Amino acid sequence: MTAHTKGSGTTWVGRSLRRVEDPALVTGQGRFTADLPAVHWVRFVRSSVAAGTIGSITAPDGAGIVTAADLKSLKPIRPMLSKFNYVAVGQPILADGVVRFTGEAIAAVYARGKDEAEDIAELIEVEIAETSPLIDAIDALADGAPLVHAEATGNVIVEGRIVTPGFDEVWKTAHTIIRVDGRSRRQNATPMEARAGHAAFDASTGRVTLTCTTQMPHLTRTAVCDIIGMPESDLRVVAPDVGGGFGQKMSLAPEYVLLVWLARKLRSSVAWTEDRRENLIASFHSRDQHVELEGAFDKGGKLLALRGDIVANVGAYSCFPTTSGVEPLMALAELPGPYDVRAYHCRSRGVLTHTCPMAPYRGVSRPVITFVLERLMDKAAAFFAIEPTELRRRNLIDTFPYTSATGLVFDDGSYKATMEMAIAAIDLRSFRKQQQTARENGRYLGIGFATFSERTGYGTPAFAARGMAISPGFETVHLSIDPSGFVEARIGSSPHGQGLRTSLAQIIADEIGIDPEFIKVVHGDTDRSPYGWGTFASRSLVLSGGASLIAAQKIRAKLVKMAGHMLEAAPEDITLQAGSAHVIGTDRSITIATLVRAAYHQVHIFNGEIEPGMTETGTYDPSGTFSNACHVALVEVDIDTGRVEMKKFLVAEDAGLIINPMIADGQVHGGVAQGIGNALLEEIIYDETGNILSSTLADFLPPTSREIPEIELHHIETLTGNSITKAKGLGEGGAIGAPAAVISAINDALSPFGVSIDEMPATPQRIRAALRSSGKLPSHGRFA
Amino acid sequence: MKPAPFTRHVPKTIDEVVSALAEFAPQDGRILAGGQSLVPIMAFRMARPTHLIDINEVEGLDRIAIDGDYLSIGARARHGAFHKPVIDGVLGKLLAFVVSHIAHYPIRMRGTFCGSLAHADPSSEWCLVAATLGAQLVVKSVRGERIVAVEDFLEGIMSTSLAEDEFLAEARLPLLPADTQFGFYEFSRRAGDFAMAAALVTYRLVDGVIVDAHVGIGGAEDRPRRIAEAEAVLNGQAPSPDLFVAAGEAAADAVEPLEDILTTAEYRCDLVRAVTRRALERSLP
Ligand SMILES: Cc1cc2nc3c(=O)[nH]c(=O)nc-3n(C[C@H](O)[C@H](O)[C@H](O)COP(=O)(O)OP(=O)(O)OC[C@H]3O[C@@H](n4cnc5c(N)ncnc54)[C@H](O)[C@@H]3O)c2cc1C
Repeated sequence: MTAHTKGSGTTWVGRSLRRVEDPALVTGQGRFTADLPAVHWVRFVRSSVAAGTIGSITAPDGAGIVTAADLKSLKPIRPMLSKFNYVAVGQPILADGVVRFTGEAIAAVYARGKDEAEDIAELIEVEIAETSPLIDAIDALADGAPLVHAEATGNVIVEGRIVTPGFDEVWKTAHTIIRVDGRSRRQNATPMEARAGHAAFDASTGRVTLTCTTQMPHLTRTAVCDIIGMPESDLRVVAPDVGGGFGQKMSLAPEYVLLVWLARKLRSSVAWTEDRRENLIASFHSRDQHVELEGAFDKGGKLLALRGDIVANVGAYSCFPTTSGVEPLMALAELPGPYDVRAYHCRSRGVLTHTCPMAPYRGVSRPVITFVLERLMDKAAAFFAIEPTELRRRNLIDTFPYTSATGLVFDDGSYKATMEMAIAAIDLRSFRKQQQTARENGRYLGIGFATFSERTGYGTPAFAARGMAISPGFETVHLSIDPSGFVEARIGSSPHGQGLRTSLAQIIADEIGIDPEFIKVVHGDTDRSPYGWGTFASRSLVLSGGASLIAAQKIRAKLVKMAGHMLEAAPEDITLQAGSAHVIGTDRSITIATLVRAAYHQVHIFNGEIEPGMTETGTYDPSGTFSNACHVALVEVDIDTGRVEMKKFLVAEDAGLIINPMIADGQVHGGVAQGIGNALLEEIIYDETGNILSSTLADFLPPTSREIPEIELHHIETLTGNSITKAKGLGEGGAIGAPAAVISAINDALSPFGVSIDEMPATPQRIRAALRSSGKLPSHGRFA
Repeated sequence: MKPAPFTRHVPKTIDEVVSALAEFAPQDGRILAGGQSLVPIMAFRMARPTHLIDINEVEGLDRIAIDGDYLSIGARARHGAFHKPVIDGVLGKLLAFVVSHIAHYPIRMRGTFCGSLAHADPSSEWCLVAATLGAQLVVKSVRGERIVAVEDFLEGIMSTSLAEDEFLAEARLPLLPADTQFGFYEFSRRAGDFAMAAALVTYRLVDGVIVDAHVGIGGAEDRPRRIAEAEAVLNGQAPSPDLFVAAGEAAADAVEPLEDILTTAEYRCDLVRAVTRRALERSLP
């Protein structure tokens, strides 16, 4: 075998190792679902109306077509919650008699080529008797509104309430009540790769391989098999390279069920590649919420009580496995954010409408509630005439563990310290001077701070608290060293761009004394990796990292024991480093490669004290840990046009021990970019008939590199007892804090006009309309 | 997102182009130039031509040259050709300044100047340039050749006076006197997006006052055009902040603004006011 010799004496953890994932991706060698050849190509015929009853479906003679009538044996997608007045509603794989959103699949056409399938799909005639659709959640809540699903009275699919004891008494003691009516418009996560699936039937085994662009291969296998009624052993799910997911790919796509069913029926291979229009109208949406929030403050600016009412538009169906409770319930539990507030009164509802179903999207509700809560804090600071950061200083939690009004336990963090770090780094004082000078010249600069917590790495207990029939959580790692001396870690997580293969190898390398380049991490294939939940909710590094560490500790113990035997030393005198076991204080050593060979081929020499082979399993199921950060946005608002220019962005964050700084920074950069898009640009727009007006990337506007400013990052590493690797998650934080910081900065810039922008995205039209209604616009000429 | 079936024809000469058009236009045949507008709408099947007459292999159509007192721009001249000034003098600089606002680099390497005019998007920068400067358009068909003034060419949102069998062979832009001042400003949501309003101004300063002002507005109405009311405000006056504000007001008052679900008439006028003033501010030496 190759000698493991490149060790440096220090740890692998903490180094910005280049990502092992990248060489293939940047040289065009990545392998994506849509790269696979197939015999049949599927095109979905989608509803052009938002609500109605399906009449006849007519296809040209000889067309390969599937409709609901062919799928009577399939169960609907019906995720379940046992709490929060959740009403189970079912989603048929293809619309069955009724359509409930524009873009819902009504039929699947299959043909020998993609183009041919699209040509035939165009010829399918679907008669739909239109009914008037419900687009906005507030309309769906109105008395007498039609029902999207008969089971869900009032169109409310889930309703959670929390009222802390004695709330009213606390409320009465308030010095002032500050109020925000927040509105977050609908988003699409827009992964670079839209959805794609490929199902291939193997006639010799009767098995189907479903290759698809998913964040949770095992759960996809379970769900598809439940719906079709087939043994899981007959289905292999493979997630090859996946071009981003952001949550959109953690929910089950009904299209994948259809593909597996059709592959079995045709005893062949079938494939579907979603186009961008389908993705924008019919994959999943998110963040369509109304949040009314009131805060009761004492005269020193201390927040005493919070009262919230959240309405989340969850669209026409409930997503699997989280259910559409995911947004409203996340908002309910996390609305108080990182602030110390003991009295809390909140109602949060998920409301069904005739729109594309909601699914989790990076941050899940927290980008929305953070934006509204931070507006509240900024408005309170204005009321008390103090710096927004000073108001936060008076309210941020700083003793740990802290149990929140909603029962969440915050482990050690640095809520105040990250904010102070950010204030110093951005130089708030000199910014205020600059801002003043600029205003005198008719230019409007603004600064916005957002302080927030990010709940990460949580296991089954946290999910079970929601009453999910399927409660995600644990992760398992199978770690082995094969006779060649190479290490393989098979994981249940399913990274898709996060660089987890690199980070996990760093964790394992330190424990077993073998360089990362000899450690391969295998994921995304249900035939090769242990049952796991996939990658979402800022969990994979904490959970798979923890499970990897546990497995590596077992491997280490075994190697040490073997080395002790072969070197005739006590196990506690052995260290593993740079590919060898050394007896401390001597020059005696043996290569790990030799030990591994012995475990397979010379096991008799250990007199039965060693199990043959070199494979161990680690499972980790922690309670969760909170990361935290302070985001700062600097903007300039053009008051003539309402346009916002991002000048600079700064993040001071704490995600515990950083395994790979470069990868961690990359996660923050990407999240911040999405957050800026969220705050300024992206909006899915329905007209009142339920037609989507933003169905191309010329209308739905993700930011480009030219809209993203320089992002300066600072780190604090608070080591938590809640994660055995000491690492916290940070996948979502960028997207959580950035919208709030940007909106806050806009409002700061516009403070001379007395306007309040409480809606995202803050488009130039909305900003300019607010400025106009302020009546304070100057009418003057100037040379820029 | 696959186009409906079509047949592609690849003529090598202008004569072949016009005879192919004459033959196939009645069967829904169209010119394919850079494809940067046509191909996307074909992918959405919003356009489904059955024949495409691809002009990308026609000799000589990429010609950009001075002919007398105007600059000729052939039907295959790409946006990217204007990244550096194509000629000495003000016009070359003006075109180089404007071109960087059109879409993104890869699109500019394919899309054509004449294709933009034929496509007649109200936000097209080249349509604005043509309207402001007073372009002449050379139109050919098997029936012969005619020269059309830009104001008779652009008719409305994506509509021109080209007959279905006619080919826009060349655009001619008048050369600008050496003392011409110009300023261009456009407003869009993101860099490279279609303008929600844009202004191009040119004038000369004689004895400190503005003469021969051209104020063109694009993206705000169904087609770019000159705004006489704003030009009247400027002509005969010395540049000043107040004058530019007044010109912006005049332009905003004069336009018949396009509206959409996001953009009210009032907001569009706000943009016209701002872009006009800023284009003027940029025009100062
Ligand atoms: C993402 C994106 C952003 C863009 N942003 C901008 C922008 O900001 N500003 C802007 O102006 N444009 C923009 N465009 C459009 C681009 O500039 C196009 O290149 C241009 O509008 C059309 O030129 P073309 O050569 O590509 O024409 P094609 O797409 O080939 O043709 C367009 C139409 O004109 C007809 N046509 C073309 N040439 C002739 C001719 N010589 N005679 C008769 N008919 C002809 C075609 O039949 C077709 O109907 C953008 C395009 C994209 C994809």
